Amino acid sequence: MSEQKKRAAHEPLFHLAKRTDVNPVRAWVIRLVAILLGMLACGLVAFALIEKLNQNPEKITDFYYSFIKGSFTTERKLWKFLKNMAILQCISLAVTPAFRMRFWNIGAEGQTLMGVLGSITVAFYLGGKIPEWQLLILMFIAALIYGAVWAVIPALFKAKWNTNETLFTLMMNYVATYVVSYFLVIWVPSGSSTLGKLKFGKLPPLPFGNQYLLIILIVLALTVFLFIYLKYSKQGYEISVVGESIRTAQYSGINVEKVIIRTMVVSGLLCGLAGYLIGAGLDQSVTTESVGGQGFTAIIVSWLANFNPIVMIITSALISFLNSGAAQISQDFNVSGALPDVIVGIILFFIIGCEFFINYKMVFRHAANGKGAAK
Amino acid sequence: MKKFVAMLLALTLCLSAFVFTASAEIADVKLGVILLHDENSTYDLNFINGVNDAVKALGLSEEQVIMKRNIPESQECTDAALDLADEGCNIIFANSFGHETYLLDAAKQCPDVQFCHATGTMAHTEGVENFHNAFAAIYEGRYLAGVAAGLKLNELKEAGLLKGEKPLMGYVGAFTYAEVISGYTSFYLGAKSVCPDVEMKVQFTGSWYDYNEEKNAATALIAAGCDLISQHADSMGAPSACEDANIPNVSYNGSTVESCPNTFIVASRIDWAPYFQYIVNQVANGEKIDADWTGTIATGSVVLTAVNEQAAAAGTVAKLDEVKAALEAGTVKVFDTAAEGFITVGGAALTTYLADVDTDAAFTPDTEAVADGYFHESEYRSAPYFDVRIDGIEMLNQMF
Repeated sequence: MSEQKKRAAHEPLFHLAKRTDVNPVRAWVIRLVAILLGMLACGLVAFALIEKLNQNPEKITDFYYSFIKGSFTTERKLWKFLKNMAILQCISLAVTPAFRMRFWNIGAEGQTLMGVLGSITVAFYLGGKIPEWQLLILMFIAALIYGAVWAVIPALFKAKWNTNETLFTLMMNYVATYVVSYFLVIWVPSGSSTLGKLKFGKLPPLPFGNQYLLIILIVLALTVFLFIYLKYSKQGYEISVVGESIRTAQYSGINVEKVIIRTMVVSGLLCGLAGYLIGAGLDQSVTTESVGGQGFTAIIVSWLANFNPIVMIITSALISFLNSGAAQISQDFNVSGALPDVIVGIILFFIIGCEFFINYKMVFRHAANGKGAAK
Repeated sequence: MKKFVAMLLALTLCLSAFVFTASAEIADVKLGVILLHDENSTYDLNFINGVNDAVKALGLSEEQVIMKRNIPESQECTDAALDLADEGCNIIFANSFGHETYLLDAAKQCPDVQFCHATGTMAHTEGVENFHNAFAAIYEGRYLAGVAAGLKLNELKEAGLLKGEKPLMGYVGAFTYAEVISGYTSFYLGAKSVCPDVEMKVQFTGSWYDYNEEKNAATALIAAGCDLISQHADSMGAPSACEDANIPNVSYNGSTVESCPNTFIVASRIDWAPYFQYIVNQVANGEKIDADWTGTIATGSVVLTAVNEQAAAAGTVAKLDEVKAALEAGTVKVFDTAAEGFITVGGAALTTYLADVDTDAAFTPDTEAVADGYFHESEYRSAPYFDVRIDGIEMLNQMF
């Protein structure tokens, strides 16, 4: 047996190699293909699960049309889509500075909820007693403080005693939920724990355009601001250095503790702002479900955008589009509310999975041999 | 004279517009339904079944009903309602208490669409023409379920199987809220009507839907010596704790006999189909929907499931039929304050009670509810407002 053949017998069919040069155009093509494959997989799953579709296969076009219909067919749907996207984008921006520092803050859900609670606390006690514009300013300040405090607690523990930030921030989410429950019990003496929409403390819409336009513009401005902050400011640079290596940061004279705490305060402030937009801009109330899991979805949004605020516009749009499309499918086909979660889950699986193929390549045995021979 | 003619013309125009809407037919009705959760919650499933039954009874087509599931109690609810209006719905219904203020907002924006809300309290005071509340006199069903429980306790007593000296029931409640208090008190009174020395302990969970909390509460009540358990919460927690411990259970929202064949006695539930039929017919005929609609045992809105003979006491079915007929006829009142020693507060008879019927920010009691020898529950508005703490019922916690 020749040496070459022997080697081939031991060599696996293929092996994985890390790509050294990731072509951005190619990467986006792969991502697009992944989304289309994910959609295709959804169609197959829908065939299996939706009886109506199973009996009338031609309705599959309706199935895909529902995706579009969920966000784009009426003006109201379009604005709702943009509003959902803006809130998600705001929370995603909030988690980003900490992530760039490799501080795994998964407490955005609780920090945002505290922001909602902060603004509603002010509206509940002072609503109608002071002028509306003063109320709105106080609500804004309270939301920022609540959000920042909720974020800085785990940061202090991390900086002083090196506690695990992932577990700590996760637990803070649950604490936030119970703090909200606690206040609802106090505020609603009838015992229903339902505060309902308050009469005061509504962020007024702009004199022109849709009621959601203000929220959208605020988040857009914030996106640009954060992009500049992270890319061109000294603080943004410090965040990147701490993220690369704490030792390097220390060696270059960066006060790591200070950077960790400061960055978490920024994250918390942004979550507080998101909470303000939800509390004063939309719901005028607080429930334990006010944030509704967006604090966790934001992690995926930020991650998929590779922590780049501008790219995040695309990823938050994508996730919002999938969510409203999937909900529309549940409505149009009259199927259980769990189906949208399945559909979004499948597509996310494909999107996250494709990152693997962007960063690694499969090298097959023959191809490897061929390459070897060519050398 | 010109003015008069102009007015006459305007009046005819208005009237003809009215006649035009009045001639709408059942085929023109489109019903939009907003649900807090989906089929996985017994509460929402009960509404979905109600819609489907009404659709069948009225012969509506598939296109005439749209359901939106998993709509939270927030601005999302207003958005969902307006979206349904865009899709051409002329009746929009929401099923959760917390949807109310957001649905009311949508109602103000779409005056031509009828908005109906289950379990809410604001329609009779807000004065928004196209916004309506509905509930059912579920306390009648709870009372009947209580009778079945009392009969079971009597049977246990005769067989010498009681855990303590007196028969003791346990009740798992969600919140210390009028709907729950009214529910467990009517259940207790039903039991007391056939088993006079019964007592009850109530444990609250602080959530409408929490399997573990409900199971833990039921287990704790069983350990505290309860001979029978009932609940007002939406999960299978309490029924399954009862089946594990072989303690009889009186359920809510629907039958749990399949998972609890040895312990399930009977369940009371609200059947929403009559209400859905009512609102569709009213809109089809161009007639007004009541601002505040209360379904009763007589309208078929309050129903009991089939009695599980394996767990229930002998003769339960016959007795329930008898009491049900008496409730329908009005000869038996659930909150009977005239019968001596039936309802007492601190040892004294209940002769007066100011209930909080009209919702205001401070929840001020405003309406005298005791008259003619009974507490007039669900008569001044559909949502329950009986929240009296009566003797014989011990609340183990009430922070919620």
